[in-house]
Amino acid sequence: MSLVARYLENSGIPTVVVGSALDIIEHVGVPRYLHTDFPLGNPLGTPYDREMQRQHVDMALDLLDKASQANAVSRSPFSWQGDAGWRDDYSRVTDANRAALAAAGEARRAKQRAMKKTNPKQQIPMP
Amino acid sequence: MKTPYDVPYMERTRLYYEAQGYTTPYQWAHHEDTPFSKLTKSLPQSRVGLITTAMPDTEQGRAERKLYSTPSRPVPDSMFTLGLSWHDTVTHTRDVGSFLPIEALLTIESEGGIGSLASHYQSVPTAYSQRQTIEEDAPAIVDLMNKDEVDVAILVPL
Repeated sequence: MSLVARYLENSGIPTVVVGSALDIIEHVGVPRYLHTDFPLGNPLGTPYDREMQRQHVDMALDLLDKASQANAVSRSPFSWQGDAGWRDDYSRVTDANRAALAAAGEARRAKQRAMKKTNPKQQIPMP
Repeated sequence: MKTPYDVPYMERTRLYYEAQGYTTPYQWAHHEDTPFSKLTKSLPQSRVGLITTAMPDTEQGRAERKLYSTPSRPVPDSMFTLGLSWHDTVTHTRDVGSFLPIEALLTIESEGGIGSLASHYQSVPTAYSQRQTIEEDAPAIVDLMNKDEVDVAILVPL
């Protein structure tokens, strides 16, 4: 998505990215980025919280309007009110899931091999 | 309580795929310079485009991950997010407003905060192939947005 933002910007369309993966976005480098510190999946805020979601869109528009140079980053003041351990939980590899992950990887590769035969253009999703 | 920290997604992803037997780690693109375009119109005069990584919740959208351009109205009740990297053990994507701000932007449009929301929004696949993104998807999005007379764009990856 960051690469798309860069391409649009080079084509004269100003962009703002709203997301929750700060390290990835900063690594690639985007013109304007609003960081919301939420679990991946809800970059605009808590599900069904229309007021918070609206405020995030307002913040994104404000950044679009006011940023004067590239790599402009704003951080939302809101935080996730659900499970406090969510940061430690995401894609964590532990002794408890190591064997299951190895098996899942093998199954995924087998599926991809089969998929390539039937639909060579199908893409492999990545974060 | 533990101090909040920014989740190291690149490192977690590398270790996660390594545990699945993938020996070559994914390399995210990295750039020293970042392009920057100034707004040419004020926001109340601007037409706003919208890009998501979620696919349309249609038979085709569920079957094939590719670039889609979908009318912004009516606001979709659901989007297809299965198979994308999001935190499914702690949250869900049943509320489209939590990741695709069509409803919010229509409200802002009615209040005069933006000129208008583009007639279509784009779904872009989070492709493993950066070449696919740069050489095919991104140029196609620029074409679509130019035809829709989009002035600025909001990109919301899940």
